Amino acid sequence: MSWLPIAPDFRADLKLALESPDPRDCLERLASLAQYRLGYIETLQLDRVLGRLTLKPESGFTVVRLAILASSTIDHLPPPIRVAGLRRSLLIDVHTGAYGQYRQDLLDPGSSLHQFAPQFILFSISARDTIAGVPLTATTDEVDETIGRSVDVLRLLWRKARDTLHATIVQQTFLDITEPVFGSYDRLVPGTPAQVITRLNDRLSNAAAQDGVLLLDVARCSERDGIDAWFDAGRWYQGKLEIAPEAAILYGDMVARIVAAQRGLSKKCLVFDLDNTLWGGVIGDDGPEGIVLGEGSAAGEAHLALQRYAKQLKERGVILAICSKNDPAIAESAFRDHPEMLLKRQDISAFVANWDDKAQNLKAIVTQLNIGLDSLVFVDDNPVERARIRQSLPMVAVPELPQDIAHYVRCLADAGYFEAVAFTSEDRLRTEQYAANAERGALLEVSGNLDDFLASLQMTVVFGKFNKADLVRVTQLFNKTNQFNTTTKRYTAEEVASFAAAEETVTLQFRLLDKFGDNGLVSAMILRPYPKQPEVLEIENWVMSCRVFGRQLELEALNIAVEQSRRRGGKALRADYIPTPKNGVISQLYPSLGFSPLSDKTGSSSWILELAKYVTRSTHISWSEGAR
Amino acid sequence: MTDQEILNAFTRILGDLLLDDSIALSMETRRQDVPNWDSFNYINFMVAVEIEFGVKFKVADIESFENVGAIIAETKALLQ
Repeated sequence: MSWLPIAPDFRADLKLALESPDPRDCLERLASLAQYRLGYIETLQLDRVLGRLTLKPESGFTVVRLAILASSTIDHLPPPIRVAGLRRSLLIDVHTGAYGQYRQDLLDPGSSLHQFAPQFILFSISARDTIAGVPLTATTDEVDETIGRSVDVLRLLWRKARDTLHATIVQQTFLDITEPVFGSYDRLVPGTPAQVITRLNDRLSNAAAQDGVLLLDVARCSERDGIDAWFDAGRWYQGKLEIAPEAAILYGDMVARIVAAQRGLSKKCLVFDLDNTLWGGVIGDDGPEGIVLGEGSAAGEAHLALQRYAKQLKERGVILAICSKNDPAIAESAFRDHPEMLLKRQDISAFVANWDDKAQNLKAIVTQLNIGLDSLVFVDDNPVERARIRQSLPMVAVPELPQDIAHYVRCLADAGYFEAVAFTSEDRLRTEQYAANAERGALLEVSGNLDDFLASLQMTVVFGKFNKADLVRVTQLFNKTNQFNTTTKRYTAEEVASFAAAEETVTLQFRLLDKFGDNGLVSAMILRPYPKQPEVLEIENWVMSCRVFGRQLELEALNIAVEQSRRRGGKALRADYIPTPKNGVISQLYPSLGFSPLSDKTGSSSWILELAKYVTRSTHISWSEGAR
Repeated sequence: MTDQEILNAFTRILGDLLLDDSIALSMETRRQDVPNWDSFNYINFMVAVEIEFGVKFKVADIESFENVGAIIAETKALLQ
């Protein structure tokens, strides 16, 4: 957890939180304390104070229910999971069944597990039973058969959990807690415990990919940290703890990363300083030819490795930005002219170089990209700048970097800011789409007139009901969209699939094309009959990516929704707007679309649109139904 | 370190762990004498002491410590 800064005075700050008379204030104090590097014991203490709060759904915090089904003792895991959740504004309610009882809990509809109604189920199962079933003399086929049986049992449990509880399933990979029997020769004998675990993890990963199950890869982590950091034989004998208490902190953070990723709370954008970060030296003083970068210098190679890692992240959809105290012309010239620069100007979606305060510049970057400050990771070698950002913009993640540039990449990777629960074609295209957005912006400046601009884009909307091929993307859209999100209800892939399959439900997905290319699948809507009024369809949820704001897509989407509803014999559309700290941008959406107010109860509001009176809006978007 | 210094540290560690300022350990205190000092928090206490004092207890000792005084004696032995 080296990327988190060290708490100045944990004991005193915890005491302040504990003594705070106001639960909201206490919670916020705990959440800021959770941003620091806490040991196992400090984590337990923080969690104990958190446990004393009577938690109502607090605005700004998301409540998530997670159940852990385990074959070993896990009493020490919930506190680090809750604290890591708090670090991400998540209040994770953790349910743990009785040790070893997970099969019964899952199969019995009256169990406390079923009453808990988890949104996430984490399977934390030891490899011990499987290993015990394989004799050292087993052939490859025999090993595969035993492993296959173990994995099949898990798949049955996954299916059961999914069918009965509709939860997102997370499976922990198997820790290699075994010792060599031969030594290096172990890898050449299929029946050795280490080989069984290796093959078991391979088989497990394939099954998880097929079944849409997420993995919590503790096996990979223990390879990185060493098995001694993760497994302590003493603790196993004392209390059947398979995860060492000291490793529980990272375990908790990894669980919270997955929950956050599923809820769209992973970071989206990596912001780099330039001097002594992306390259060595100060370009303004040393000149472009004087900076340290590239082959021939150890430090130059390390800076280049950081650029290479950034480029990899960009390829998976992380947005890159620059925030540097520099002369903008000189700073940009390095990207254009320096032969060793791996990152090119077009890799950078927002480029800010000036002499202003970096906190102000980060705000300018999020405005330009239309994302939230809490989507940023700010990488700067200067501890003063880091401290300044942490203090003035606490929602920005600022990793505490190692002294040596050689270890920057590892530090960024360890921090797990960009955990994912899917990798779609949209992700691959995202940075190009941001670049294309910049081109569109340039066109708007040229044409000056918004209407001419929209006409010149030659937009087409491709729509249809949710289809299987786009299910992952539609789910991702519902879960990652925070701004244009009318109800901010989140769904598992299974729930989205069941909306699509239900006869009475109308599902709509929208893809927007224009002359610059495919903006991707950018909006989705679910309509369902309003209880007891089948002629009224209710917009259960409607989301739209911020990439296409201001393009009239909301008007055209409503035209389509009205048309689809009329085909069903619908007389009216009903809709709720549930405000959150992030969806204020659409607070006037429904009135602006011609809906009339029904009610306004404590912030959330209900709206109705009589279809008989609806006049189709004219936009610059043409229709193309069905095809992708 | 004297017995009393270690005892004071133990009292602070357990009080922090259980969020209970009223805990006053003595050499004779046994686990069942302290409310909420269950088996889970016994392991947590051991982890905390091991981290703070930089020692590692043997599994055989952990399961047979009779009272706080025995833990202090073993801690002193490990520190030497």
